[in-house]
Amino acid sequence: MKVPIKLTVNGRSHESEVEARTLLVHYLRDDLGLTGTKIGCDTSQCGACVVRMNGSTVKSCTCLAVQADGAEVTTIEGLAQDGNLHPVQEAFWDNHGLQCGYCTAGMIMTVAELLERNPNPSAEEVRAGLEGNICRCTGYHNIVKAALAAAEAISSGAGGG
Amino acid sequence: MYTPDFHYHKAGSVAEAIEMLGHHEDSRLLAGGHSLLPLMRLRLARPATLIDIGGLDELRGIRVHEGHIHIGALTTHGEIARSHDVQHANPLVAEVAGGIGDPQVRNRGTIGGNLAHADPASDWGTIITVMDGSVEVQGPSGSRTIAIGDFFQGAFATAVADDEIVTGIRVPTLVRQGHGHGHDHGHGHDHGAESINGEVGEYAKMSHPASFYPVIGGAVVINAEGGRCVSARVAVGGLVPTPRRAPSVEAALAGQELTAGNLEAAANQLANDLGDEIIGDIFASADYRRAIAPVEVKHAMLHAIGLAHH
Ligand SMILES: Cc1cc2nc3c(=O)[nH]c(=O)nc-3n(C[C@H](O)[C@H](O)[C@H](O)COP(=O)(O)OP(=O)(O)OC[C@H]3O[C@@H](n4cnc5c(N)ncnc54)[C@H](O)[C@@H]3O)c2cc1C
Ligand code: FES
Ligand code: FES
Repeated sequence: MKVPIKLTVNGRSHESEVEARTLLVHYLRDDLGLTGTKIGCDTSQCGACVVRMNGSTVKSCTCLAVQADGAEVTTIEGLAQDGNLHPVQEAFWDNHGLQCGYCTAGMIMTVAELLERNPNPSAEEVRAGLEGNICRCTGYHNIVKAALAAAEAISSGAGGG
Repeated sequence: MYTPDFHYHKAGSVAEAIEMLGHHEDSRLLAGGHSLLPLMRLRLARPATLIDIGGLDELRGIRVHEGHIHIGALTTHGEIARSHDVQHANPLVAEVAGGIGDPQVRNRGTIGGNLAHADPASDWGTIITVMDGSVEVQGPSGSRTIAIGDFFQGAFATAVADDEIVTGIRVPTLVRQGHGHGHDHGHGHDHGAESINGEVGEYAKMSHPASFYPVIGGAVVINAEGGRCVSARVAVGGLVPTPRRAPSVEAALAGQELTAGNLEAAANQLANDLGDEIIGDIFASADYRRAIAPVEVKHAMLHAIGLAHH
């Protein structure tokens, strides 16, 4: 069954017809070509697919595209503003908060929300906030470091974001 | 992985959703999708029609009344966890909400969907049971309220009829008095909790390490006076096909001084309340669940009265 949807992705509005069973992650990747968002599991556990929908992070593999009808979606491609990386992106770069990079988009989307809700988290709070994001490479050490560095950069007004 | 194909309808109102449920054979409501979509992706559910109630703002929101909180069915776990009203009126409910799954699960998953899904180990099943709450449903012939003790009919089965929809949850308030949050107190204490007056409540669970889904949960609400238990409610999840109160444990606690030894003795009565229908699966065998459940109940009790050592 085809269903018409209308949504905003990274500030651009889209009108599409999708199969009802199209997952948001497939719509973003296959229909819109936004392949920064990844798929890392079939069990809603890994967080490689995390995007923002109406301000909240969601696992786009566990959301139908039709459920995003009318929503504002932000993917990793939409995080940078006017050519400047988001402070969380900057901090992941500076601290090498990644190895293969497969989990990184989801990690960054999650950390960005975490810091909006808790601008000054402890390392333990960062780890708890990343419970829905699995990294198969880094051992999380530099990811936590990057999140804490981003918190500091944002609260000291650096990084522009 | 895609789900099987289905017909999709978006409901514009509760009344319309109820009408659609009556019209479409083999239809299911879609709320946050965080139980239903994973099941459909695994082909463990194949409804012909999904009726999306995700846009029904009338089912969203938290209202505090004298003695109870009303939580709209579509309110997410995260909204409940972050609600200052819930944090004040029932801190146990707020804490449990904040410990469900992960941040993304809490952003999408709803309390109504969680209860309607009726997983035997779900956090809300155990907590609404220990709080002695109730579930409001609406159908073609109007609304009714189902006491939580009558709500769960078996694993993944509830008293909600095929053409009914859960609209809200009523949870009594829980005002922790006498001491603060159990996890932060009690280090070094080894005597009874003389200072405890009023109601305290806690929840302890053993979770699956990857999904954080509870395997076994134990919850207690203790009403105390001068360090003695006046009455208690105890509930467990993940043991038998539905969350269940533990009357033997409750009776064993009543009238007792709140010492670690008395709590442990009461928790060990749990086997009397379970029968032999205990669940066993790849996460935990029936024997293991039977052995661990009293430990979770004991942990919840020790936390509740501030005697826990971690
Ligand atoms: C990775 C992961 C981890 C999780 N961890 C936990 C955890 O730690 N603890 C826990 O308790 N849960 C956990 N869950 C489950 C989660 O809480 C689900 O959100 C919840 O069980 C279902 O709510 P939903 O709104 O997503 O419902 P849906 O998936 O949309 O629906 C679930 C079922 O309920 C029915 N339904 C939904 N809304 C209504 C309504 N208003 N009236 C009648 N029927 C309705 C649907 O038809 C369907 O059958 C986890 C899920 C995932 C994916
Ligand atoms: S791909 Fe979405 S959680 Fe793994
Ligand atoms: S960097 Fe490889 S999965 Fe995280």
